[in-house]
Amino acid sequence: MNPEEIRQAIIDILTRIVPDEDLSELDDTVSFREQIELDSMDFLDIVMELRKQYRVQIPEDDYVHLDTMDGTVNYLVPLMRDIQSPA
Amino acid sequence: MRYDTVIIGAGLSGLAAGIRLAYYGQSVCILERHTTIGGLNSFYRLRDRNYDVGMHAVTNYAPPGSKVGPLSRVLRQLRFRWDDFDLKPQVESLVAFPGARLRFSNDFALFVEQIAQAFPSQIDGFRKLCSRIESHDDVPLDQQHLSARGVIGESISDPQLIDMILCPLMFYGSASPRDMDFHQFAIMFKSIFFEGFCRPLQGIRPILKALVRKFKSLDGVLKLRAGVRSIELDNGRAVGVVLDDGREIATENVLSSAGYVETMQLCAGSEVVVATEDSGDVTFVEGQFIVPDQPADLGHTETIIFYCNSERFHYENPEQPCDLRSGIICCPNNFQYEEPLPEGIVRLTALANATYWMTLPEEEYQRQKQTWFGRMREAAAPYLPDYYGKELDTDVFTPRTIKHFTGHVNGCVYGSPKKHLDGTTDLKNLYLCGTDQGYLGIVGSMFSGITVANLHLLRQS
Repeated sequence: MNPEEIRQAIIDILTRIVPDEDLSELDDTVSFREQIELDSMDFLDIVMELRKQYRVQIPEDDYVHLDTMDGTVNYLVPLMRDIQSPA
Repeated sequence: MRYDTVIIGAGLSGLAAGIRLAYYGQSVCILERHTTIGGLNSFYRLRDRNYDVGMHAVTNYAPPGSKVGPLSRVLRQLRFRWDDFDLKPQVESLVAFPGARLRFSNDFALFVEQIAQAFPSQIDGFRKLCSRIESHDDVPLDQQHLSARGVIGESISDPQLIDMILCPLMFYGSASPRDMDFHQFAIMFKSIFFEGFCRPLQGIRPILKALVRKFKSLDGVLKLRAGVRSIELDNGRAVGVVLDDGREIATENVLSSAGYVETMQLCAGSEVVVATEDSGDVTFVEGQFIVPDQPADLGHTETIIFYCNSERFHYENPEQPCDLRSGIICCPNNFQYEEPLPEGIVRLTALANATYWMTLPEEEYQRQKQTWFGRMREAAAPYLPDYYGKELDTDVFTPRTIKHFTGHVNGCVYGSPKKHLDGTTDLKNLYLCGTDQGYLGIVGSMFSGITVANLHLLRQS
């Protein structure tokens, strides 16, 4: 998957977690916490969704990289490079 | 078939836990003894009318678009939209004691204003208590026991005001008589006074149905009329359950919402000794009657009235079959719906003596139910318009009914005073959710199932 596809995968996951949120205005450089009030339970869910769908394992120490969309995509690029995009 | 997790009880906590586990790919089977779902918060149909049992109102109200708070958290965790529960806020509620009345709504400012008016010398202390509650962190599961009366007493000195604050919170969730644990008190205070009451137009049904629909869409298995007779152990581990009809179901883990004592009693051959006094003895009688009018048209505009006719509030197992000194009046019509309910419903609830109701012979039981509900109506009459002669139908339940349909010892709706906040038991792969885990109310029950599923059952997969 390329960075654009990974970004879309994260958007899809966020849509499932916060279906009432308009994510089209999401600023990729600002923290999720600040924009959509994600808490620690939600971050754990992003990690679990990635594991469920793409078999990507993210160790707890690396959760700090998932603060913003840019940070998350940059962190996932090497881990998801060899994964086929489902679309 | 060997399941990843078998869940005992298809109430709010069990269904919520089931959704979490099934969502992340576990094979899950929920077993419910009763013919329908819901457990302590359920529904039934009687003589062509729908009734709710348990829930008076959903607490923890948050308006659409809210991103924080327990309700939003539960919706996110279960992948629901706000509209899936379609909660409508209350109109206004009342705490009525001799010589003092405090109104409150989902706007906390009203409650503060009412206390400032009725108890001017106490308002600074009340504000101090509020900041203490606001700063209380209810997330950690290893809370120290602290007396709520003790903490309140540090900032409020008027015994009646203390009782008036405690009354709604105890009635809506305290398994312990006389005092509450401060942690439970803080959670209840936030959920009722800071956040407030709400209800879907159709009551508990749409919430339960949304949960079941979601659970089944994730390939979860729900078996009704499937009571668990025993939990089978092997080397200190739960390995399966045996149903009332003798069927055996194998599983990796068991999550039980049946209550701590009730669950441990199911463990065949376990050496764990349970003290039956841990079951608790706080329970209720409730009756509801239907009238053709909208209660508000007759002047009954409050959503919930918590009343106490004696100087002091006594929250404990009464000596009498029903405690006529205090009670709850719930009017499901008085929420801000877009359309009114077709008929008026009035629900009256009072503390009850479980032993009395459990031991009556059947015929006498039916008679005493009517007698005591009549007395409860007289006790509540000062707060209500004259409904006498208008009733289209009446139905009453007692601790005996609760025990029959939920299996809870003594018919205790709030379970044991001893909570197991982290959801663990003496057996490694047997976990608890629901009332005896300790999160209460409709949102709290769902959160209980979610928390225990996340903490113990999703970690390992």
